[in-house]
Amino acid sequence: MASVARLVDSRVLIPLRLLGLTALAFVAVGAFLLLFGRNPIEAYGVIFKGAFGSGYGLSEVVVRAIPLMLCAVATAIPARMGLLNVGGEGQLHGGAMAATWGALTLGALPRGALLPGLVILGLLGGAAAAFVPAFLRWAAGVNETISTLLLNYVIVLLVEYMVRGPWKDPMSYNWPFTPEFPESARLSFYWGTRIHAGLWFALVAITLFYLALRRTRWGYEIRVIGDNPDAAARAGIPLGRYVLLTMCVGGALAGLAGMAEVCAIQSRLRPGISTGFGYTGFLVSWLALHHPLGIVVMALLLGVLSVGGDMVQISLGLPYATVNIIMALIFFVVLGGRFRKSRSG
Amino acid sequence: MLAMLQSVLGGGIRAGTPILYATLGEVISERAGVVNLGVEGGILVGACAGFITTAHTQNPMLGIAAAALAGGLAGLVHAFMVVTLRSNQIASGLALMFLCLGVTSFVGRPYVAVKINAVPQASVPGLSRLPLVGTVLFTHDVLVYGAYLLAPLIWLLLFHTKWGLALRAVGERPAVAYASGLPTSLIQYGAVVSGGVLSGIAGAHLSLAYARSWVEGMSNGRGFIAVALVIFATWHPLRSVVGAVVFGAVFALQLQIQARGVALSPYFLDMTPYLLTLVGLLLMGRARRHAMPEGLRAVFEGVT
Repeated sequence: MASVARLVDSRVLIPLRLLGLTALAFVAVGAFLLLFGRNPIEAYGVIFKGAFGSGYGLSEVVVRAIPLMLCAVATAIPARMGLLNVGGEGQLHGGAMAATWGALTLGALPRGALLPGLVILGLLGGAAAAFVPAFLRWAAGVNETISTLLLNYVIVLLVEYMVRGPWKDPMSYNWPFTPEFPESARLSFYWGTRIHAGLWFALVAITLFYLALRRTRWGYEIRVIGDNPDAAARAGIPLGRYVLLTMCVGGALAGLAGMAEVCAIQSRLRPGISTGFGYTGFLVSWLALHHPLGIVVMALLLGVLSVGGDMVQISLGLPYATVNIIMALIFFVVLGGRFRKSRSG
Repeated sequence: MLAMLQSVLGGGIRAGTPILYATLGEVISERAGVVNLGVEGGILVGACAGFITTAHTQNPMLGIAAAALAGGLAGLVHAFMVVTLRSNQIASGLALMFLCLGVTSFVGRPYVAVKINAVPQASVPGLSRLPLVGTVLFTHDVLVYGAYLLAPLIWLLLFHTKWGLALRAVGERPAVAYASGLPTSLIQYGAVVSGGVLSGIAGAHLSLAYARSWVEGMSNGRGFIAVALVIFATWHPLRSVVGAVVFGAVFALQLQIQARGVALSPYFLDMTPYLLTLVGLLLMGRARRHAMPEGLRAVFEGVT
């Protein structure tokens, strides 16, 4: 009986409580909007209609959810062993830069060879960005939260430098961006929308994460470390190697998100390719309790908010920050909601 | 050369002031066993609240008070999350940072191009005329002097009073402190809220004295640098001063180099404070980790 109760607790009650607490965050933001003389019902109406009112809105939710899913997995994999990777933003830009280098220098290759190459470059760029904090953690015990946060600033500044310096489009009249990528470096779009092949990357990454976590020794050992690092160390699990592995695999996936943004949505590198996808992806992972399926759901939910944020900006003149406040409050209530760390994969 | 050195050091003291306030606040908080990455957010709400108050009242002193209050409130949120609800300290700090970033971008938007009365400059009579160091040390705004008086004050409080002893006991061995009858939760609340107040004042210096304007996200990672500085300073208020001046000098040197038209990309210059922090953390390694309050070990070193 106890086990049935526990099953009900984790399968039904946790999602229910999550939902209830999320509603609480919306009420709080509603009160905040009222305080500033704005109509919260109207604002929520615009967010809802913006995301669900049209096929275009719905497709844009998926477009936003793609980098969010990848960046969330980038957070979730290290989080399963107790590491806090807040470097999704930097790793995304690392992947975007590596892919940009490929698109600008290997553009003569046929599409069938170039695109897989760019995928690999995106993965490598993100992994390289994550290797630095992983190495610092492994070699000198440097807290990875601080190092990933600091590196975000560095990598975004590096992008700024590249698009205004070595990679600047000579025809751009001083706009800071690279030349447009050749056709052969572009990911396909589907269904007449901006939904692009990055969707498959994200879904494959989440599926592999799910399977690796449950069906492989890696996943098992990562979960053991997450539950009890001391016991794991005593059992001979090489903690240091897993620090490097989980951080770099996570970073690689965030890098892939960056590659998809430049190769599909932007078709060039420019500052602002990410509207905080790395940070929002971090929230997605925490709201999903680092659970693969939860990540899909939460990425879509925050995708709705992100599209809605654009809409309240356009039609109500409210700042985009409105939805950032909602997201932060949801994070707070979930954190404070005393969810036990889910133990069973 | 001398003039440049003087202006870099003087600028370093000015630019280092927000970092020093934030670092001192974080020292208090971490000595009581609570890491607060939300200082980044505390700086933002302080900068924003201070700026808005000053814009409406034209009185920067009221602005500083509002900044302290706002920072204290931010600290209170973190204290509630980690002391009362026992949430993950790092995650709660980040949540606080996100919340403050959102709220200040929302509330501060109408104030972006507004002009204000800056915190008054006050040369210290007599001392500011000293040769060489006079202008470097004694021609600043009042918040700068406040920071440098605060550091020894906090040192006295932490290491030479009963309060300080109790606070450090909570940070080292919370269970023992609790068993010996100390009100551990109350002490942690006090420490985190005090840290928040100081992060708010850090923000006030940023928007009311240093930049004299409000820009969305203007803290730009200074809070995270402060958290790292606490480690360099081995959780010691007086050593924090050295670190803050060094970082301030890096910010000041940036302006100097740009003003002199040296052919170095401003983007690389902007990276230096963050890179310097990372290199510092690497070099420190595990060497001085023994100074870490015992209660933080679980927070900072969950794995390995």
